[in-house]
Amino acid sequence: MKARTRRLGWIAGGLVLLGVATALVLNAFQSNLVFFFTPSQVAANEAPHGRAFRIGGMVEAGSLTRDSDSLTVHFRVTDTARTIPVSYTGLLPDLFKEGKGVVAQGTLGPDGSFHATEVLAKHDANYMPPQAQAAIDKAKKGMTMPSLHERSSGQ
Amino acid sequence: MNWFRFASPASFYPLAGRLAPWFGGGAAGFAAAGLYIGLIAAPTDATQGDAYRIIFVHVATAWMSMFIYLVMAFWCAVSLMFNARLAAMMAQALAPTGALFTALALVTGALWGKPTWGTYWAWDARMTSELILLFLYFGYMALRQAIDEPRRADRASAVLALVGAINVPIIYFSVKWWNTLHQEASVSLTSAPTMAAVMLTGMLLLALAAWFYSIAIALTRVRAIILERERHAGWVGEAALAVRGVR
Repeated sequence: MKARTRRLGWIAGGLVLLGVATALVLNAFQSNLVFFFTPSQVAANEAPHGRAFRIGGMVEAGSLTRDSDSLTVHFRVTDTARTIPVSYTGLLPDLFKEGKGVVAQGTLGPDGSFHATEVLAKHDANYMPPQAQAAIDKAKKGMTMPSLHERSSGQ
Repeated sequence: MNWFRFASPASFYPLAGRLAPWFGGGAAGFAAAGLYIGLIAAPTDATQGDAYRIIFVHVATAWMSMFIYLVMAFWCAVSLMFNARLAAMMAQALAPTGALFTALALVTGALWGKPTWGTYWAWDARMTSELILLFLYFGYMALRQAIDEPRRADRASAVLALVGAINVPIIYFSVKWWNTLHQEASVSLTSAPTMAAVMLTGMLLLALAAWFYSIAIALTRVRAIILERERHAGWVGEAALAVRGVR
């Protein structure tokens, strides 16, 4: 065997071993590498107890209320399966919106509501001009309208 | 044509000198076109308004930061395998540019994060692994500097670069493997891009500009490294005199 073939073997073998080791380590630390827990994970007791953590999901449509005399807001975070009520005092990021992604850091109260100390907006990777977005919204409405109609006429 | 001829620093030096200006000119052209499309021609984004425009710089620099590391690791593997001086010099020439793009990706990402997410920085998997990439570049350069004998520096830093290469797929797939604050990729090999065509065009033009810039700058830097490391060779004296116009 030529020296250079042997060296290639060492390099390739080393990288494979390193890859396997890294995969095992990352797998072992899986739960520490997530940035947030979903409401379903919180319901399944996978979130840490007694210390701050982050929850993430969608702001449920129609759930946002503001206190009239303070900066406190209330909303519900959902992953469509489970929902957690959240309260937060402070300024919300510009992209915070009902029906959009959100990540909130804070603690879970004994009553199952989440007291956030920081709220971040999580946006998707879709970029389009406002006109295109308007056209899509319109098309979606057109698609859901008949189904709503069907449902109401069926009842 | 025997390509291995160019594995010799003496014959690669003039070739790099001839190629570098073309890549530099290409970089300037692509950057001008990409910035025009990105900042003037492209429409605003429906959700983010004008804040999204930082994507044109951010994505190009972030892609480049990862890709340069892979190229650097490739040259390091070649230098270990064939004991090739020039391959190690190429890796050495790429490192500062890779570190520059990594830093730019982190800074532009922070500036983009504040108006959209609401924070400059979060310790999610994508951002943390990209920060580790910056430290890997710094570590590679520091290790090179710490060893006086060039051939030993080549070998030691090559091993470090190869070990660090495992971080690149982690950066790339972090947004798929774990839930992160960072959004998933808009452009990938496996699915259609999720952005308007004109925006995509601007982004790809700036990515091309980053490629050409990196090639031009790496070729220029490797020429300086060749002159420094081969200074005892006869041809270097002649080349240096030619540069000064004395010949």
